Amino acid sequence: MTRYIRRAALLCALLLVALLVNVVRVQLVRSDAYTGNPANRRAEIARWGQPRGDILVGGSPVTGSRDTGGMFRYARSYTDGPLYAPVTGFASQVYGTTLLEHARDGLLAGTDPGLAGFPLLHDLTRARSSGGTVVTTIDPEAQRAAYEGLAGRHGAVAALDPVTGRILALVSLPSYDPDELSGTGEDVARAWRRLGGDPDRPMLNRAVDRTYPPGSTFKVVTAAAALDAGVVDDLDAPTRSPDPYTLPGTRTRLTNEVDGCTDASLRYALEWSCNTVFAKLGVETGLAAMSRTAASFGFDDAGLRVPFAVARSTFAAKQDRAQLALSSIGQFDTRATPLQMAMVASAVAGDGTVPVPYLVERTTTAAGTTLSSARPRTLHRAMRRETAERLRELMTGVVEEGTGTNAAIPGAVVGGKTGTAQHGVGNAGTPYAWFISWARGEDAPAPAVAVAVVVEDARAGRGEISGGGDAAPIARSVMAAVLGGRAADAR
Amino acid sequence: MGLAVLLSVCGYCAVGLARHGALPQGAAGYGAGLAVLALLAHLAVRFRAPGADPVLLPIAVLLNGLGLVLIYRLDLETPGDAAAPTQLNWSTLGVALFVVVVVVLDDHRVLRRYAYVCVVGALALLTVPIFFPAVNGARIWVRVAGFSLQPGEFAKVLLAVFFAGYLAANRHALAHSGRRLWWLRLPTGRVLGPVVAIWLLSVGVLVLERDLGTSLLFFGLFVVLLYVATGRTGWVAVGLLLAVAGALAVGRLEPHVHGRVEDWLHPFASIDAGRGPNQLAQSLFAFAAGGVLGTGLGEGHSVLIGFAAKSDFILATAGEELGLAGLVAVFGLYALLVERGYRAGLALRDAFGRLLAVGLASILALQVFVIAGGVTGLIPLTGMAMPFLAQGGSSLVTNWVIVALLIRLSDRARKDAAEHEDDLARRPGGEKAAGSGPAAAPYDGTAAP
Repeated sequence: MTRYIRRAALLCALLLVALLVNVVRVQLVRSDAYTGNPANRRAEIARWGQPRGDILVGGSPVTGSRDTGGMFRYARSYTDGPLYAPVTGFASQVYGTTLLEHARDGLLAGTDPGLAGFPLLHDLTRARSSGGTVVTTIDPEAQRAAYEGLAGRHGAVAALDPVTGRILALVSLPSYDPDELSGTGEDVARAWRRLGGDPDRPMLNRAVDRTYPPGSTFKVVTAAAALDAGVVDDLDAPTRSPDPYTLPGTRTRLTNEVDGCTDASLRYALEWSCNTVFAKLGVETGLAAMSRTAASFGFDDAGLRVPFAVARSTFAAKQDRAQLALSSIGQFDTRATPLQMAMVASAVAGDGTVPVPYLVERTTTAAGTTLSSARPRTLHRAMRRETAERLRELMTGVVEEGTGTNAAIPGAVVGGKTGTAQHGVGNAGTPYAWFISWARGEDAPAPAVAVAVVVEDARAGRGEISGGGDAAPIARSVMAAVLGGRAADAR
Repeated sequence: MGLAVLLSVCGYCAVGLARHGALPQGAAGYGAGLAVLALLAHLAVRFRAPGADPVLLPIAVLLNGLGLVLIYRLDLETPGDAAAPTQLNWSTLGVALFVVVVVVLDDHRVLRRYAYVCVVGALALLTVPIFFPAVNGARIWVRVAGFSLQPGEFAKVLLAVFFAGYLAANRHALAHSGRRLWWLRLPTGRVLGPVVAIWLLSVGVLVLERDLGTSLLFFGLFVVLLYVATGRTGWVAVGLLLAVAGALAVGRLEPHVHGRVEDWLHPFASIDAGRGPNQLAQSLFAFAAGGVLGTGLGEGHSVLIGFAAKSDFILATAGEELGLAGLVAVFGLYALLVERGYRAGLALRDAFGRLLAVGLASILALQVFVIAGGVTGLIPLTGMAMPFLAQGGSSLVTNWVIVALLIRLSDRARKDAAEHEDDLARRPGGEKAAGSGPAAAPYDGTAAP
C-alpha cells in the first residue's frame, strides 16, 4: 500500500505543478495582455485614483479635481469651463478625453514614464507619479475679450503671437461646460446626450475643428502669390480689371459690393475688397503659384498639431480657370479654419514666415520640475520678406481708411482684412463675417498679435454684411487685450 | 504558531494602512481573538495528542487568519455586507469542533465501526438541499433560521470515513477476485456493487443539485482511495473513463455546465460579444494585475469580480494583492498540509487509518486544485470553497474537522512508529523485519467491522 500512497502523493504533486505553471502563465506570461485588455477597468481606476494634474492659463490653474469617493475616484473640475473648453477639452471618466486633456493625458494622469524619477524603482513599488502640470500659452485677457466679444453668437476666434506661434486665444461659441461630463452618474449621461444632440454643436471646437470658406480674407493670400510671382509690381498702378468680371470660359459675371473697382490698384482693391480684381489676379498668377503659396501658408496640411490635431484647410489642387477665379476670393472649394487664417495674418505681420502654432508652453512635474519647454519653430516661408512688408502696408490701409476701420487701436499699428463668405446651397445661408488682423505697439519692433475672427450669424442683413461690422470689433478687443498686457509688462 | 497569528494580524493592519492610512480599529481585538483560538487549539493538541505533527495546526491557523484578512479587505469594498465577523464566528465554531475532535476521539479506529452510519449520514446531508430553493443555480444550501449551511461540505468527511472503512475491509476482495478482461481484472459484482451504487447515488444527487465541484471531488476521492487500497491501475482507468463519459454527457446536456466549459475555452467571449467581462475574465484580470509581487493588501481591485469574490474567487484577491510570490506561498502551505497528511498515512500501520489519512489529505488537495485551477483558467470553473481561505462557514468548519482528524492520525502514527521501534528492539534480528517496511504492519488487512 505504501507504494500506492506514494504514487497518489505524486499525483498531488503533479496537480500542484500544474497549478503553479498556470499561475506563472496568468501572472507573468499573459499578464500584459490581460492588463491591456480594454475590458479590464484597472487602468481606468488607477488613472482616476489620484487627482489629475492641472492645466494652467496665465499662471493659475483652470482645472481641478473633485474627490467623489467612488471607484473612479477623482473627477475633473473646471473653473470657467465654457471659456476654456476649446483649449482644455474635457476629461470624463465615462466619455474619455479630448483636446489638451487628451493630447497630454499621460502627463496629466501621471502615467507618463517621464514623471518618475527612478522608473525601475517605480515599477517595483508600483508607486504612481502625481499628475504633471501643463502650462498653456493662452493669454487670459485675450481669451476673455474674444469670448465676451462673441457672446451670444456662433463663431470662433484664434489669436497667435506672430513671432513665436504661441496661441494666445482659442475661443469657440456656443460653448459648454466640460465639468458637466465629469463623474459617472446619470446626470453626466444626460449632459452627454444633451450636448451631443444639440443642433448648435457646442462641443465642436470651431477654432480648429471646423473649416469655413474664408471669403475676402483669402485675398491676402492671393495678393501674396501675385506679388511674389511678379504679376503685380506697383501697389498703386491700375490693374487692367473689368467690372463686372466674366469668369474665364463661362458667361458668369462676377460683381463687387463697392464702386470704383474697374482697373483699381491693388491698394484700392484690398482696402475696399474688390472681388473682380482679385479673381482676375488669381487667374493671372496661375493655379501652380496659387497652390504653392496657399500650401506654404499651411493649407492642405493634415498633420498640424497644437498639440491636438487641427482640421485641414483646403485650396483645391485641381480646378479650371473659372473655379480658380472664385477660389482666389476665398470661395468655391477654398476652406480654412480660423486658426489657419490667424497663421496667414501672422505671416504678414512677421517677416513672411508662418510660425508653427502651439498651445503648450511648458510641462512640469507636480513638484514643478520642467519636463519640456516649447521651442518656437517656423512652418514655412510663405512669401518674400519684401512682399510681407508691402502687404502690411496694404492691410494697414484697410484699417486706416478701408473696410476695417472698426479694428483701429489708438497707439498701435493695426493691419486687417475683412471677409464676407457666401455659403449654403445657392449661397442662401447667412454669410459668415470674417476679420483677420495683426497689431504691434507703435514703437515696438515686432508685432504682438495676429487674430482671426469668424462670426457665423452676423447681425447685419444680407448684402450689407462685412467682416468690418461684426468681426472687426471683436478682433480689436482681442488685440487691445494683448497690447495692453504687453504695455503693462513693459512698465 | 505565534508566527501564524502574527502574520495574520500584520495582514489585517496592512489592509487598514493601505485603505485609510491608519491601523484598523479592531486590530487588537482581532489579533487577540485569533490568538486565543490558536492557543486553545494548541493546548488541546499539546495535552491530548502530543505526538501529533507540529506543522498541521499552525498552517491551519495561518490559512484561516489569511482568509479572514482577505475577507475583511473585501468587506471594505462592499459596505453593506460585512462577512469577516461572521467568518470569525465560524472560525470559532471550527476551532471548537477541532478541540472536541482532538479531545474526544481517542483512537481513529473507532470511526471504522461507523462507516455505514457515515454513508447514510452523508447521503442524507446531500439530499436535504434538494428540498430547499436553489441559490444562484445550485441547490446546495439549507437555510434555517437565518443560517445557511452547505451540508455537502460535511458529507465530504463522512464519505471519506466510509470509503476508508469499506475499502480497508474489502480491498483484498477488490484486488484479487473477479474476471479478467484483457489486462484488466474486473471485480465481482458483489464486491463492487455497493461502491458503485453509493457513488452513482452521490453523483446523481450532485448533478441534480448542479454542484459539479463537489461531484468532481467525490469522484476524485473515490478513485484515489480505490487505487491506494487495491493498487490496481485498472481501477484508475475505469474511473477516468467513467469520468470522461460523465463529463461529456453532462457537458453536453446540462446548460449550466456547458456554459462553464464554454467560459473556460473562451474566457473573453462575453467581452467580444459586448457584454463586458464575465467573472472568469475578471478573475484572470485580477491575477494578471498582481504580477510577481502583487499590488499590496488593500490596493487591488478584485472586487470587480463581483458575486462570489469573497468565496469561490477569494484566491483572485490573494493573487492580485500578494502577487505570484504570495500565491506560491499559499500553495506551499496547502502542499505542506497535504504532504503531512500523506506522511501520516504512510506512517500509520492500520489500513483504515492509512486510507483515511490519504482520503482527508486528498480532499484538501483536490479541492485546492479544482477551485484554484478553476479561477485561474486551468480547468472549467466549478463552484467550490478554497479550504480555510474562502468565505463560508460549512466549509471552514469541515476543514477544521479534517485537520483535527489529521492531527489524531498523525499522533497515532507517531505511537505506531514508537511501538514498532520497541518491537524491533525486543526482537533479535529486527533489522530484517524493518526492511519490509510499514506495508507489512500487523494491523494491515484486519477483519471487516
